[in-house]
Amino acid sequence: MLDTLKSRIYQGKQYIKDIKNAPMRDQFRGFPVLHEDEDRLACENVCPTGALNLDPFTIDMGKCTFCGACARASKAVEFTNGYKLTSSNRKKLIVTPDATYEDYVKSAVKVKDEIVKTFGKSLKLRQVSAAGCNGCEMELNACSNVNFDMGRYGIDFVASPRHADGIVITGPISKNMAYALEDCYKSVPNPKLVILCGACAISGGVFQESEEINREFLDKYPVDLYIPGCPVHPLTFINGILSYITK
Amino acid sequence: MAKWIKTKNNTCLKLGEIPISTIEELREDIIANSDIRPVAFFGKDWGFGCVRLFIMMSDDKNSELYVSSCVFAAERRSYESITQAVPSFHIFEREFYEQFGIEPLNHPWLKPVRKNQDKYPFFEMEGEEVHQVAVGPIHAGVIEPGHFRFMCNGETVYHLEIMLGYQHRGIENMMLNRPSNQLAESICGDSVIAHNLAYSQVMELLKDIKISDRASLIRKAALEMERIAIHIGDLGAIAGDIAYLMGASVFGATRTLVINTMLEFCGSRFGRGFVNVGGVNFDLTNDMIDCALKTLDKVSKDVERMTNTMLKNSTVMSRLEKTGTVSLERAKEIGLVGMAAKACGVELDSRFDYPDKWMSELNIERKHFKGVGDVNSRFKLRYKEIMESISMVKKIFAKLKTQPNEPILAEGINNPYSRDSFAISITEGWRGEVVHIAMTDINGKISRYKIKDPSFNNWYGLALAVRNNGVSDFPLCNKSFNLSYSGNDL
Repeated sequence: MLDTLKSRIYQGKQYIKDIKNAPMRDQFRGFPVLHEDEDRLACENVCPTGALNLDPFTIDMGKCTFCGACARASKAVEFTNGYKLTSSNRKKLIVTPDATYEDYVKSAVKVKDEIVKTFGKSLKLRQVSAAGCNGCEMELNACSNVNFDMGRYGIDFVASPRHADGIVITGPISKNMAYALEDCYKSVPNPKLVILCGACAISGGVFQESEEINREFLDKYPVDLYIPGCPVHPLTFINGILSYITK
Repeated sequence: MAKWIKTKNNTCLKLGEIPISTIEELREDIIANSDIRPVAFFGKDWGFGCVRLFIMMSDDKNSELYVSSCVFAAERRSYESITQAVPSFHIFEREFYEQFGIEPLNHPWLKPVRKNQDKYPFFEMEGEEVHQVAVGPIHAGVIEPGHFRFMCNGETVYHLEIMLGYQHRGIENMMLNRPSNQLAESICGDSVIAHNLAYSQVMELLKDIKISDRASLIRKAALEMERIAIHIGDLGAIAGDIAYLMGASVFGATRTLVINTMLEFCGSRFGRGFVNVGGVNFDLTNDMIDCALKTLDKVSKDVERMTNTMLKNSTVMSRLEKTGTVSLERAKEIGLVGMAAKACGVELDSRFDYPDKWMSELNIERKHFKGVGDVNSRFKLRYKEIMESISMVKKIFAKLKTQPNEPILAEGINNPYSRDSFAISITEGWRGEVVHIAMTDINGKISRYKIKDPSFNNWYGLALAVRNNGVSDFPLCNKSFNLSYSGNDL
């Protein structure tokens, strides 16, 4: 008992006080910036997911795994450490050469009054791993650890879809998970959110061309939020949710 | 074993060198040599409806691999199963049957591995107070999907049947057309470095690329960093599952230190983008190394402190000891590998069984672990491995500081694959041996890619571990194994 208390005192406070302005290490590969004046041909065919398009010059954060292969091949692409990547509009994820991180953060998420009113103070989410590799799952678990402590904003993962206000999908949605995913979605009471977390969920990511995936679910049901990353960083996730449910 | 070709880890054979025998002869050899164990057992379409079966066995004591093969003609659809004599083949034969439809006769349990069956007949038990508990595929927590069926009498689990396959993404097939480091990293997101290393080594063998010593050392450090990070996370998860929240919080926070160091090295908390075919993408400067060494000192101190505090607590020990036990005999019999095997006292670690040159150069020695196969053993084994890996990383860093500034990425990434080849690479991830094998055809195109994650062997171990335990201890047993769904389902 005494040892446990000593450990508690020794550890002190570990939480990140200001999640919205938390510093990020420079090495982190976040929001990409495109330079049209540099030679972009050098990064032709290096992208593993087809996120990078040379003509017109764009990069799709919904497909990007942030592996940095293009940035190593050419100076035309540069990854900044900007981690607020979430958007409520799929098209917004496609970054053009004139885009800046500041503009993106301001305009990417469309805040709706009814969402803020309904979920602003408490949002319970059911996570469904639909063939995710466990990368996003580990990061989502990390959101609730003592460092990030997402629970302080009333955002939690719950066990039953009946207790949830929405689902968070990770993974490209395998054929074998398609039924369970839809079942889970239907079990969540209305009104409900659908949040896609990570490159696989948003676009199929590295598994786009797999014959074993079935993404019909996304044709049937509307998506509220897209959170890019591979895997999604906890700060990206928490800030993404906060930007949608608070003003 | 004349019908086998003897080889080493990280080698590339010519297809012509691999003997073609008959399944009956190979079966006899396997049954007669009980000290070698299977590491790969997979088929390949051999044209005109024929299937060629490749078998790779490991002689761990002598650091040797044995490879052989046999061809099933189009009209031959069955053979006498090896499993009935050597149980560790059970999952390999099930997979082979599922992929090629050649039936191992008298196999005790020819259950699907990845193909999801709507009406799969689970084992049933009958009797008063006997009931079933079905869990999944979606679990209570934020984890991957899988279905568990418990056959219980009151609180006690008689048997657990596991059905997987929900994570199947067809990675082996995708590797044929568009192999990439990013795809290898997504085989199993908690073993990014291990799978990417195995993949990169296989590609380097096929493309005849020699990586620099510097790159090789950085890779080795990255692999150990991954082991440290995930093991610490697992200690926290075990603490969480017995409601010892202090442990869950402290280990969780300590893990953050390690993965953030990884972020400083390569821009990703789990080491994505670190390793590439030909070496590594990021060099470690002396400043980075010094900073990482300081962090590791703190990590080592914090883990030691918390582990000691936790293990002194009698309520903790009562939950860990004698829970989820797998005996040494059973572990050997069903062919457990990696951590799960070591916790039962089986000495199996490909870092030492197939040592690279750094192991002797850096004086890294194997230390035996006296495990009894319960949750407590798996907990303590993790603690031991964290400490060993930290000292290993320190040695690697010291060596790196004196290492000349060689290029970290070798030339030749666009080399063509060598033709008609069979490249083998075994890497010891934190969970156990990660086996990658790539075969090329006469045109130098990849014609078969085989991946074996340690979870593939170990899931059955978990099913045995929970027998005669309370059903409420299942999460604890599960966490102590922490097996991968995606690595199994591919």
